[in-house]
Amino acid sequence: MHELSIIASLFEILLQKAGEQKALKITGVKLNVGKLSGVMPEALETAFEFYKKGTIAETAELEIEEMPLKVLCQDCGLEALKDSYIFVCPACGSTNLKIRQGTELFLEKIELEIE
Amino acid sequence: MSEKTLKHKEVIVIQDILGSNKKIAAEIRSKLEARGILTVNVMSSPGAGKTALLEKIADRLKSGYRMAVIEGDIETERDAERIRAKGVPAWQITTGGACHLEAKMVAKILPELPKELDFLFIENVGNLVCPAGYELGERLRCVLLSAPEGDDKPKKYPKAFTTSDCLILTKADLIPYLHYDQEKVKKEALELNPRLKVFVTSAVTGQGLDELVDFFIASLRRPPHA
Repeated sequence: MHELSIIASLFEILLQKAGEQKALKITGVKLNVGKLSGVMPEALETAFEFYKKGTIAETAELEIEEMPLKVLCQDCGLEALKDSYIFVCPACGSTNLKIRQGTELFLEKIELEIE
Repeated sequence: MSEKTLKHKEVIVIQDILGSNKKIAAEIRSKLEARGILTVNVMSSPGAGKTALLEKIADRLKSGYRMAVIEGDIETERDAERIRAKGVPAWQITTGGACHLEAKMVAKILPELPKELDFLFIENVGNLVCPAGYELGERLRCVLLSAPEGDDKPKKYPKAFTTSDCLILTKADLIPYLHYDQEKVKKEALELNPRLKVFVTSAVTGQGLDELVDFFIASLRRPPHA
C-alpha cells in the first residue's frame, strides 16, 4: 500500500503545474495507470480523496484510465495486447519481448480554473 | 461586488508521477557506477531471508572485497546490527511506516559510504509489492522468495519479478517438509521474465551461495582489491 506516497508525489506535480498556470482551482485530474504498475486504482482514489482536502484540488474529480499490457516482439515485430503475464510472443513463441505499455503511472492532464 | 469569471483550462501534462524518484535514482546510479561500485537492490516479503543471505554473502566476500549495506525497515536497528556484527559497515533507514525505500532516502546516505567500496547492497523493506515501483539507483535488482512462502507467488506479485534481474530462491533446506514445487516457481517466474537469473540457496546448508557470490563478483566488472 504505497498509494498514499504516490498521491503525495502527484500533488507535488499538481501544485507546481497549477502555480505555473496561476490557477485558482484544480477541478479535474486524469491519470494513466498501467496494469503492471503495481498500483491499485481503487486505493489511489481513496488516497486522492483523503489528500485533496484543504488544497486547491478539494473539489477535483479523479479519472483513472487503466492501461492494458502491450508488448512488442523483438524477433517477429508483432505488437500484441496481453491479458496474462506470460511473456511469450503469441505469434512466434519468442520470449524476446519488450513492454510497450502497461507499466506506466502518468499524470495525463489536469483541468484548471484560472482568472 | 465584483464576481470574477473563472475560465476553464485543460493542461496536458503526461508526466511520470514517480519521475522525481527516478531522477534521483539516476543520479545515484551514475555516482556509484563512476566509482565502480556494484549496487544491488534486495527485495522480498518479510522473513524470506534477506538479512541472513547478506550475512552469508559478507562471509564470502570479506577476504577480497569491500562491501557495505543499507538496511530498510519500518522500525528498529536490528538488521544493521546483524550486518555490523559481520564487520561490514551498515546504515539503517527506518521509514517510520512507509512500506518501501525511496531513492531520496538512499541519497542521504551516499556521502557517508566508505571511499573505497566494491559492493553496496540495499536491503529493502520486507514487502513483495511496493518496493518494486521505486528505483534506488541499483544496477542489479534481486527478488528473494523462500520455499515456505509457497510456489504460487510469482504470478500473484508479478511486478517484483518482471522488474528483477535475479530470483534467489531461499530456504531450500526446508523443501522436504513442504508442499512446494520448485520447478513450478522457476517456470512461472521465467514466464513473467525470461531474463531472470535463478539461484537456489540455503543460508543454513550453504547451498547455492558460492554460485550467487561468483555471479556478483563477475558482475563487478573489475578484479578483486589487492
